[in-house]
Amino acid sequence: MSGLLVVGSSQAGVSLATSLRALGHEGPITLLGDERHRPYQRPALSKEWLQGTVTSESLLFRSDSYWPEHGIDLVKGERVIRVDKADDGSGVAHSMSGAQFAFDRLALAVGARPRRLVMEGTDLPGVLYLRNADDALELKARLPDVRDVVVIGGGFIGIEAAASLTTLGRSVTLVEAAPRLVARAVGEQTSAHLLEHHRSTGIEVLLGTSVRRITARSDHVGGVELADGRVLPADLVLVGVGVVPNTGLAESIGLNCADGVLVDETAVASDGHTMAIGDCANQPNPMPGAPPGDRVRFESVNNAIEQAKVAAYAITGRREEYAGIPWFWSNQGAVKLQIAGLSTGHDRTLVRRDAGKGKQSVLYYRGERLLAADCINSPLDFLAVKAALSKGLAIPFVAAADPAVQLKAVTQPAPVPVGTAR
Amino acid sequence: MPTITYTDADGQTRDVQATPGDSVMETAVRNGVPGIVAECGGSLSCATCHVFVDEEDLATLPPVSDMEDEMLYGTAVDREDTSRLSCQIRVVDGQDLHVTTPATQV
Repeated sequence: MSGLLVVGSSQAGVSLATSLRALGHEGPITLLGDERHRPYQRPALSKEWLQGTVTSESLLFRSDSYWPEHGIDLVKGERVIRVDKADDGSGVAHSMSGAQFAFDRLALAVGARPRRLVMEGTDLPGVLYLRNADDALELKARLPDVRDVVVIGGGFIGIEAAASLTTLGRSVTLVEAAPRLVARAVGEQTSAHLLEHHRSTGIEVLLGTSVRRITARSDHVGGVELADGRVLPADLVLVGVGVVPNTGLAESIGLNCADGVLVDETAVASDGHTMAIGDCANQPNPMPGAPPGDRVRFESVNNAIEQAKVAAYAITGRREEYAGIPWFWSNQGAVKLQIAGLSTGHDRTLVRRDAGKGKQSVLYYRGERLLAADCINSPLDFLAVKAALSKGLAIPFVAAADPAVQLKAVTQPAPVPVGTAR
Repeated sequence: MPTITYTDADGQTRDVQATPGDSVMETAVRNGVPGIVAECGGSLSCATCHVFVDEEDLATLPPVSDMEDEMLYGTAVDREDTSRLSCQIRVVDGQDLHVTTPATQV
């Protein structure tokens, strides 16, 4: 028995296996993960799970009986270190333990790893990253002895963890090198709103601030020394400075890689057989109107699910191009941030605000074309923008400027661009 | 154990035994019941776990929160009076539930 071998059993790998069964695919599927845990959802690790409002059991993707009932061979705790692959895409994967897994077709859902901070003191006990369940378990286990926390990095993970730890009564300082929060994913107005909110909850946020080294107290982390020489006391340091896609295996079997495994619109890599999905895959930008040749690599649940779906179709012999509108969410304490679309290339923004309710939406346009929206505590705006983008409809800038109007009510058919042949 | 009866848009039904405390969404997804997507895993961010609750059962459920109410306006199939997001419905001991899933969630 060989069939499909899915390496990686997080969101993308699980979605591929379950999508195939939902499509009626009956071929053998082996779902291989390198963690000791049953496949689980990661987003809550920095939020609800860390705060203790959901249980570990609730993070599981499927019941234990689902896998055998659906003929999916789930293998835990095996890290693939080498792959032998023939020209037809079949081969054998070898794990660190010496086990071998033969396949007719390989799907890489190997994700990304936290970017490591390189400086003095990062190997001290109490300097943590937060990517997987073991990271989260260690963080939670250390909390009883922790009063002062320094979070290095003002991206999603850093802010979510900072908000959760503040909720849990810890004193949190967040240090970010850039001049604003989440600069990679949201616009300036959204960053400003997040900054004001998180400062109001007691998080000390230091922007434009570099870390020089991590200092020790006896044989444990004791503080974080900033570039200006100031030392922040720290019983625990959490580093969240981005991730690096895992491309080692792909490169070793000759697949083209550049910030991820390069795949086409159907999640097929450069050898024409192997698939790559989720955080490890770099694909053509799926946004309508994206510049030709533009490529993107997403780190999101939505992308993992959508890319797994097109991969599942490709495996069953049906060509379906990736067409979904990317969307993201980040719950940060009382802030619910939802992002629809990609704001890259926008030339103007529109802010809708209801300060009394802590609501703010920023809509990004290029000319009359709506590209994306960052929505804080504004699910109606988020859903309206997501729906309009998905259906190719327009939300005119002028109409959307009135914060009292519902975006859904002013959504209309998109004008046919001048010069478009019909 | 409480039983949840899921009826899909074509009228096909499935009975699933639920663990008290789990949501109607979790019970469906973990057991491979189609018709509920739940991209966000129950954090009230995606509106892809929309169900129509049988009217008799509806009255026994806790009320809709403001956030759920807003999210319900964005479901793929338009909301009705019996609409809920199934991630927000917790199963309690001794209570059977009957829900119908819409034709699409996205």
